[in-house]
Parts: sequence; structure tokens; C-alpha cells
Amino acid sequence: MNKQNQGPLVHIVKRGALPWYCAWGIRAAAIVLALLACALVTTLLTGEDPIQIYATMIKGAFGTTRKVWILFQNIAILLCVSLAVTPAFKMRFWNIGGEGQVLIGGLATAACMICLGDKLPNWLLICTMVAASIAAGAIWAVIPAIFKAKWNTNETLFTLMMNYVATQLVAFFVILWEVPKGAGKIGIINQSTEAGWLPQIGDYKYLLNILIVAALTILMYVYLNYSKHGYEIAVVGESERTARYVGIKVEKVIIRTMLLSGAVCGIAGLLLVGGTDHTITTTIANGRGFTAVMVSWLAKFNPIFMIFTSFLLVFLDRGASEISTVFGLNQSFADILTGIILFFIIGCEFFISYKISFRKSARKEGKANV
Amino acid sequence: MKKFLAMILALAMVFALCACGNSAAPAESAAPAEESAAPVEESAAPAEESAASDIKVGFIFLHDENSTYDLNFINGAKEACAALGLSEDQFIFRTNIPEGQECYDAAAELADAGCSIVFADSFGHEDYMIQAAKEFPEVQFCHATGTKAHTEGLDNFHNAFASIYEGRFLAGIAAGLKLNEMIENGEFTADEAKIGYVGAFTYAEVVSGYTSFFLGARSVCPTATMEVTFTGSWYDETAEKEGANKLIANGCKLISQHADSMGAPTACETAGVPNVSYNGSTVAACPNTFIVSSRINWAPYFEYIVNCVLNGEQIAADWTGTVETGSVVLTEVNEQAAAAGTVEAIEEAKAALADGSLKVFDITTFTVGGAALDSYMADVDTDPAYTGDTEVVADGYFHESEFRSAPYFDVQIDGITLLDQAF
Repeated sequence: MNKQNQGPLVHIVKRGALPWYCAWGIRAAAIVLALLACALVTTLLTGEDPIQIYATMIKGAFGTTRKVWILFQNIAILLCVSLAVTPAFKMRFWNIGGEGQVLIGGLATAACMICLGDKLPNWLLICTMVAASIAAGAIWAVIPAIFKAKWNTNETLFTLMMNYVATQLVAFFVILWEVPKGAGKIGIINQSTEAGWLPQIGDYKYLLNILIVAALTILMYVYLNYSKHGYEIAVVGESERTARYVGIKVEKVIIRTMLLSGAVCGIAGLLLVGGTDHTITTTIANGRGFTAVMVSWLAKFNPIFMIFTSFLLVFLDRGASEISTVFGLNQSFADILTGIILFFIIGCEFFISYKISFRKSARKEGKANV
Repeated sequence: MKKFLAMILALAMVFALCACGNSAAPAESAAPAEESAAPVEESAAPAEESAASDIKVGFIFLHDENSTYDLNFINGAKEACAALGLSEDQFIFRTNIPEGQECYDAAAELADAGCSIVFADSFGHEDYMIQAAKEFPEVQFCHATGTKAHTEGLDNFHNAFASIYEGRFLAGIAAGLKLNEMIENGEFTADEAKIGYVGAFTYAEVVSGYTSFFLGARSVCPTATMEVTFTGSWYDETAEKEGANKLIANGCKLISQHADSMGAPTACETAGVPNVSYNGSTVAACPNTFIVSSRINWAPYFEYIVNCVLNGEQIAADWTGTVETGSVVLTEVNEQAAAAGTVEAIEEAKAALADGSLKVFDITTFTVGGAALDSYMADVDTDPAYTGDTEVVADGYFHESEFRSAPYFDVQIDGITLLDQAF
């Protein structure tokens, strides 16, 4: 054929804005493809029936009332951390220190529970815990922000380093407060008196956490989309120079936003230590500070969409652990499936922003043949 | 194109609906299952035969089989389930359960699933097991290595451990004989017979372990001394390797460890220093330096608790496995590395321990600060201030693991030097 005057077979074109249903259609297609790929991998590697594996995943997440509560509790905590890092991301400030900010908030909560547990009335103790955890998280986040604002240090490295400092601080205090001596564990704090435990609503252990995070989600949505602060964050994120030009004090916005970011992380620490676990360990945040980055990005920094993305990640995680239990497969296998699904979901964003055009003549010929 | 996408979207939604529909049914049926669990247990006493097929046991493990610690439990659980003739759907293994709220959730889910016994293997699981035990009075919660069952006063929460100090003592004899052999061969003088020990934390379980090991070694090699270093983690391969290397550089002639990775054994194999292991044999990776290993076999305990529930008997609040129950075992001695006569010496000491003529913590065999340990108040009832509450020295020896199953020997005896005490 006349090869000389042809362009490349495939080329990539940036799309205009897609209507929402198209974008979501592509995402749904990606999930279907991901499930097919997982099915293939499952059958090839383990010989188990993929449909059963999926059914087990769903059962692992929704199988009993308790499982549903645990699912929502996990979503709530992950969503809380994601909400916390979102304003910073929207400002193009790469706060990957969520882990450390949650830990330090949790540490402050635990410190109040241990040191003041028998000295203050419960309501005052809980107020102190709330204040301490918010303050601790905010301080942990504002330190890199001040350095960024004043001396333009690299916030990615700085916040990352702060994670390690927080982990080591927690490790230090765990040894200080360990019970029994040398165990390296604190155990449940005030198990007999329940001093400093956040109140339980009725019979529902996790309801309070879920309600608090639901309220935070709405507040954060309003703050980011309908407040002057939210607008300033968006402008600084788009272009710092524009922001300066229109008279926004960029330094002030950075510091203010990181205070907020850290404060919400502190609340996540409070909910973990005061609300559910009632102990502090170096691993209590369980990588959520990093998972939150993915939740926030997948949802394009929209707090409402973040409910769905955090649901997706928690669902995969819960389902994965059920698979390893029921089929006696190693946890790593479940992680492989999660990895494949996330790969497809993140990959499909490419097809939402870009479209692939085939050589025109080839298309015409194709049509002619049909 | 749009139509196609819309169809896919619709399909996805239908799938999601189906999924919800499917899941709703088990959610409802879970409640009756829970209720029916109680009558099963009550009827267990009169109808033993039939009950064996109704019982369900849930196991919670901190890690999976990649950790030597959890592998030891998993193997014990499998062995016990096979011996009891339990079928596949009568036991549930939950692996990688952290020591936090996840443990409570896992225990509660296992109770929901109809388990009449829930077992957890890690020290940090204890408080969450207690929390679950309070909520499910009809389910038996058993916990290895914990310290609180005897003070908590719950009928359905139980601790278990084994007199592993006896196993350590026997392994120590093998170590002492090896040191003697090396002294005889002129590799070093009797005064240089120094043992190195890599511990995890300055926890009573570790202190009890290295002390009994040292006493075992010194019972055959009187000039032996020991240095101990701590890693601050139960599983940290790098730190354990570095710890072993540091001890070897300090002039230690033989290494043992109480931590769960292969760090110390492989460091010994590389340096050509004999090693006495823990949790299981490391002979495959260390054919030239592995001497012997002590470990706890958990199968007898698992069989015990299942039989208790089947027969409607109360499970002991504290259960201490011994050499006789088959809970404390030594692996096969590696003849290639061990000194001649090791097997015989171990057997002899084992017999003496069994008939009571030999006590591991005999107060005439060690001193604390230059004086004999005539009296000691141990922190048996766990509290945040570590208050000593129980006199544990009587009849000329320290009564380890008698007032509760978990070890409480936390005395620093003469002859053992701690290089660091940060953890």
C-alpha cells in the first residue's frame, strides 16, 4: 500500500473534558478488565475458581453485620487521613507526612490517657485529649510548612523525615510506658476504668468515628469549594506567581493550610487511640498516611469522591485478607490482586485524559470491509 | 461508543446489586448460627462422639508462616487438628493480625463464625482477647504467652506457656560441652569461654531464657561467662545479624539467640561460630555451626483445650507445658557441630529434671550481686509499676512458671554481662 504518505499507526491526543458518564464508563470498564486479569492470574497461579475468589472478597467485606461495621470503620479512618492531606495536595504541597502526623496525634492522646487518666474527670480528660492531639498533629505539620514558606526547603523530604522522627518518638515512649517491664508493648490503656475512651454510641463501637469523619468530609468539601481559604489554596496550587500577583500571601496560605492538614491528621490519631485501639504502637497508622495519598489523587482531591476511593481501597484490603483465610493462600497473593486492580484503575485515568487515534486510512478501510 | 460504555456501566451496577443481594443473605443467617453455637457446647458433655464434629476452632496469628515464631504455632495447630481428626472446615487460621483493634475484630469475627475456641499467639494480642472474652462469654479464648488470665477473673479467658527454661537449660548443656571441646582442642583457654546471646527485649521471658541457657552451659563448663545484647524487636534480621557479629567480635565463642529471624544463625555460619538455636532447627541453612535448638511444641496444648471443650471441662486459667507433656522439645542434635556425648548428657539431665533431683534455678548454682538469692518478690500480677507481689524462692530454688504460665524470672545474675539495656 501507499506507505509513504502515512503518519504513525497510533498516536495519542489530549482529550477535551469528557462528560462525566463517559469518564465513569471508562473507569467501570477498567475495573471489569482488572477483574478479568485477576481471574486469569488466579487460575494460572493457584487453580482456584476466580468467581469464588471474588465472591469471597465480597463476603469478606460485607459477610456479616460486624464485617460491615469494620469496613466502615476502616473507611472512616482512611478517609480522615485522606481528608487531612488533601488541602495540602490541592496547594501542590506534597505532604507525605500524614503517617507521622497521625502517630504524633495518637501519641499525644495516649500520653493524656496514661498520665492524666486518674487525675481528671472523664469529660475534661477527653477535652484535653482532643486539644492535645489536634495541637500535636498541627505542630508536626507546620514545622515543614514554616521551613518551606521561609526558606523554600523541599517539603517532600522534610515531611517524610518527620515520619521517622515520629515513629522513633513513639518507640521511645512505648518503652517508657511498657507493661509488663521489657515487653515493649503498652497494651490497652485504662482497660478497667475506660478513662479517656471516647464514648460509645449505643451498641455500636465504631459509630462515633464514622459520624465524626462524615461531618469532617462535609466540612472539608465546603471549605475547599465554597470558602475564601479554599479558593486561595486552589490559586496557590495552580500558580504561585498568580497568587502573589493577585495579592495572596502565599507563605501565610502554606502555613495555614498545613496547620489544618496536621490538625485533621491529629484527629485521625485521636480516633485510633482514643476511639478504637486504646493503645499506641509504632505501626498503629498502618501505612494510612501513604495510602491516603492514593485516595486523594484518585478522587482528584474531591472529598465526596474520596468516600468512594477509600471504600475501594479498604474493600480490596478486607477482601484480600478474607481470601488468604478462606483459601489458605498467602497474604501476598491477595496483595498481587490488589496491585493488579489498582494498576488498571490508575492506568485508566490516562485514557480519560488522552485518546488514542489510529491512522485514519486504516479506519476507513476497516469500515469499508465491514 | 457512548451506548457501549453506558451498557458496561449498567452491567457493573447490576453486578454490584447482585453482590449486595448475595451478601445480605449470609449477614442474616449469621445471627442464628451464633445462637446455635451455645447449645452445641452445652450438649458437648453428654454426647462426646457427636460433638467432635461440631466443634470449631479459630486461630489468630501475628504473622504468617514466614516468621519462625508463627510457623511454630501453625505447625502445632495443624498437628493437633490432624490428631483430633478435625476436618478442614472445623478450624480457621487468621494470619497477619496486628496487635491492635484488628485482633479484637478478628476474634469477634471468629466467634461470629461459630468457633467455640479462639486462640491468639502473640503477647500483644492479650488485651484485645480479654475484650472479646468479656463480650462472648460462651466462647473460650486462649492466649499464648500472656500474663493476665489469673488476675482477670474471666471463666473463658486462659493463658498458656511452657517451661521452656528447661529446654533452654538442656540446650545450654550442649553449648557447655561444645565449649569444653574447643578448650580441649586448644582453640582458647578456659577463661576465654564466653557465650554471646542476642535477645529481643529485656523482658522476663528473654531474661529467664538466657539465664537458664547460661546455667545449663555453666553446669558443664564452670568457667563460662556470657554477654547479652538486645535488638528491641522480636523480628529484625539485620539487627540480629549485627548483634551476633558484635558479640563474635567481642570474643564470644558460641552464640545463641532469642529472636525470631535467621539473622544470628546465618551470622554464625558465616563466621564459623557454633550456634544454639530457638524455635526450630536451622541445620538446613547452617550445617556446620548449628548444634541443637529448643522449641515449644504447641500441639499438646491445642489438643488439651479442644478436649476440655468437648468434655465440658473448665480450661485451666494458666497452663504450663513441660517436657513430660511433650510441650518442651529439643530438635535433633547436629552431630557434625556438636561435641561428642551431647545426646547422652542431655538425656541424663532430662531424666534428672523429670524426677525433680535437678532444678534449673537452683539458688546454690548462681549468685546475684555476690550473694545467694534467698528471697525474691516477682511481678506475677502484671501492673504498670512492676510491683513485686509474690515470693517465688522456696525450697532452695526459684519457682519459675508455677504462679502463672508466662516466665517471671527477671533477675540479673553474676557472670552475665548486659551490653545494652535500652530495650
